[in-house]
Amino acid sequence: MQLTPVEIIFTILAVALGAIATRFPPFVLFPEGKQPPQIVSFLGSVLPPVMMGLLVVYCLKSVSIQASPHGLPELISIAFIALIHIWRKNVLLSIGCGTALYMFLIQKVFGV
Amino acid sequence: MDSSNKNRFLRALSAAFPHTIPVLAGFLVLGIAYGVLMLEKGYGPQWSVLMSAVAFCGSMQFVAITLLTTAFHPLEALLLSFLVNARHLFYGLSMLQKYKGFGKIKPFLIYTLCDETFSIVSSVNPPEDIDPKYFYLCISLLDYCYWVFGTLLGGLLGNLIPFNTQGLDFALTALFVVLFIEQVKKGKNWIFGLIGIACALLSRVVFGADNMVMPALALILITLIAGRKKLCN
Repeated sequence: MQLTPVEIIFTILAVALGAIATRFPPFVLFPEGKQPPQIVSFLGSVLPPVMMGLLVVYCLKSVSIQASPHGLPELISIAFIALIHIWRKNVLLSIGCGTALYMFLIQKVFGV
Repeated sequence: MDSSNKNRFLRALSAAFPHTIPVLAGFLVLGIAYGVLMLEKGYGPQWSVLMSAVAFCGSMQFVAITLLTTAFHPLEALLLSFLVNARHLFYGLSMLQKYKGFGKIKPFLIYTLCDETFSIVSSVNPPEDIDPKYFYLCISLLDYCYWVFGTLLGGLLGNLIPFNTQGLDFALTALFVVLFIEQVKKGKNWIFGLIGIACALLSRVVFGADNMVMPALALILITLIAGRKKLCN
């Protein structure tokens, strides 16, 4: 710990303010009483699938294809999740089994 | 809260809880990891919990550990936090309609709109007999509590989990994968899912793991706006 308590509190507030500055603008710019521009409504309606795609890639951003195990645990687990989800259509089951498989793979199969 | 309101809230809570179980697993593990990491840098639970409760921005909090262990640069912290969290700018656009008319609780819902909460509230609709306002409030509130509670556990107990949790945080990746499938199943949404994956992959390859977010968001915005006419047909 190198900062003084006051400095820590200001750093925390700064981080919080940075996050707030990304979460509030849409709601401030397009308040409830006003009809948002068409382009905004369009973006709002299509962004959920787009951002879900981005989040999946974002979660995997540090996976290396070159270095062993070449992203195999992630690839296998995600393929498994997709299959089991399309088959059983049960969100918790897919996530539970997929996570268990991933843990098994990196701890027992590809682990060092 | 009067008793009928309390009743509505409790019913919403039990409807919302199952949706948040993957987040419970992921946030407890990551929250504990965060609390432990802060502890190792000399910051006890009072600080790690304060950061989690006030800033509530997972990945940025890990980045901020570096800030807390170097010199005092509040402006740098603010800018970095804005850049790392920039993807949240897009979440609000999708929630303008769903969060409409929620009154006093709305600022809290916006304040706590993280990746995981967004992925749930943008994908699931409340059951018909459940008050939507309380349903969304409960999802946000539960996710928030998991994160703060996980941080507290890590800060108080250190790494005392009796089994090997390596890979348990994959629950969050799995959550995004499953909700991605749920999203792209609807109508022509697969095109938009593909756009998200393609833009993110391209930015990851060109700009690297640490700088992929801003370029990816810019690419997404350009693609959607330029291709709007075609995509709408």
